[in-house]
Amino acid sequence: MTQITFIDATGQSRTVQAENGSTVMETALKNGVPGIEAECGGACACATCHVYVADDWVEKLPKAEQMEEDMLDFAFDVRPSSRLSCQIKVKPELDGLTVTTPEKQG
Amino acid sequence: MTETIKTDVVIVGAGPVGLFAVFELGLLDIKSHLIDILPKPGGQCAELYPEKPIYDIPGFPMVTGQGLVDNLMKQIEPFSPSFHYNEMVEALEVLGTPEAPLFRVRTDGGITFETKCVVVAAGGGSFQPKRPPVPSIEDYENKSVFYAVRKMEEFRDRTVLIVGGGDSALDWTLNLAPIAKRVVLMHRRDEFRAAPHSVNAMRDLVAQKKMDLVIGQIAGLKGDNGQLSAVSAKTNDGVIDIACDRLLPFFGLTMKLGPIADWGLNLHEQLVPVDTEKFETNVPGIFAIGDINTYPGKLKLILSGFHEGALAAQKVQRYVYPDKKVIFQYTTSSTNLQKKLGVA
Repeated sequence: MTQITFIDATGQSRTVQAENGSTVMETALKNGVPGIEAECGGACACATCHVYVADDWVEKLPKAEQMEEDMLDFAFDVRPSSRLSCQIKVKPELDGLTVTTPEKQG
Repeated sequence: MTETIKTDVVIVGAGPVGLFAVFELGLLDIKSHLIDILPKPGGQCAELYPEKPIYDIPGFPMVTGQGLVDNLMKQIEPFSPSFHYNEMVEALEVLGTPEAPLFRVRTDGGITFETKCVVVAAGGGSFQPKRPPVPSIEDYENKSVFYAVRKMEEFRDRTVLIVGGGDSALDWTLNLAPIAKRVVLMHRRDEFRAAPHSVNAMRDLVAQKKMDLVIGQIAGLKGDNGQLSAVSAKTNDGVIDIACDRLLPFFGLTMKLGPIADWGLNLHEQLVPVDTEKFETNVPGIFAIGDINTYPGKLKLILSGFHEGALAAQKVQRYVYPDKKVIFQYTTSSTNLQKKLGVA
């Protein structure tokens, strides 16, 4: 198990256990973490699972693929730390990952 | 348009479940009209994951979203259903009685139906344009902020800010540039998903100083009484104001329950409760099948929606043909059904 911390737009933080091999988006839904809608169910087709990855984690994650970059065009207030959480696969190296959810997914 | 279309059934939503309902109804000699807000059939399968493989359709070890839609369209061909795309059902009015239901259904495009039954197969709701989350944008909508170009004249001699990096944004940039006073295209990065030839054409216009390109994101709106005067934008050089009197944001689609909430149906967390015998709602003659409904044990699977459509069709038949003796038949052995399918 890998620990992931979700911080919502108001600053409230929730740390949950994530199953390796699942995605950060699935982890959020499974644990009832608010702020992630994942309308398309993880098909990288909607940009409603947008998160900001904590600065010290940005470089440690595998880079976003073209499809994810393109889909981020549909998100709002995109920053260099923006990712779609359905595209971040949970693995032991990500233990301690912290992401912040945006105020609105759109 | 003032025509009224008289029919047995109006199906709201042309996703996989709505499409298969045409088949089940068709076998029972019931004619359907389908209404969908998208310009094509398939709903989420076609809009969200056309190329994604689906593994849990019985009999198909693997089929893509679009593949399933194409097959369903072929399967319902014998029943020649009528499709009404780019239309959203806006209003539903009860005309009949619980025993002999009749409804008037009106779309936002002005089509009116008089139908004996309504099958709501609206999935996650209707796909609607994503609204940038900036304060008071609602006040500007349809006055100076538009999510689609219905009439190009609306933009003549205007300073138009178009936001986005896909084909809609680029196509409208190119189409409006000649008639607008000025077009400004804003996108969050200097890379575009749109077709390369449109991107090149846009870059040419920028080079010829016939339009402007800004790399940035919407931060706020400025104006009065719904009339926009500027959009403030976050750019690498800080927040700037872009003077404009029309804004066209293109951020894709999102699913919203929409007007279904006003049809007098019971709702439970944005879903429509139904019984599991007929998949009928609290309003006799209105059925709900697929992802939009809820009942104990509900699974949001396409295959569940198919089953729900088959059972709903049986009850629809009682409303449409109250005097007909119901005989259950199989497509494998019934010549009668095979004739309807055009194979006997």
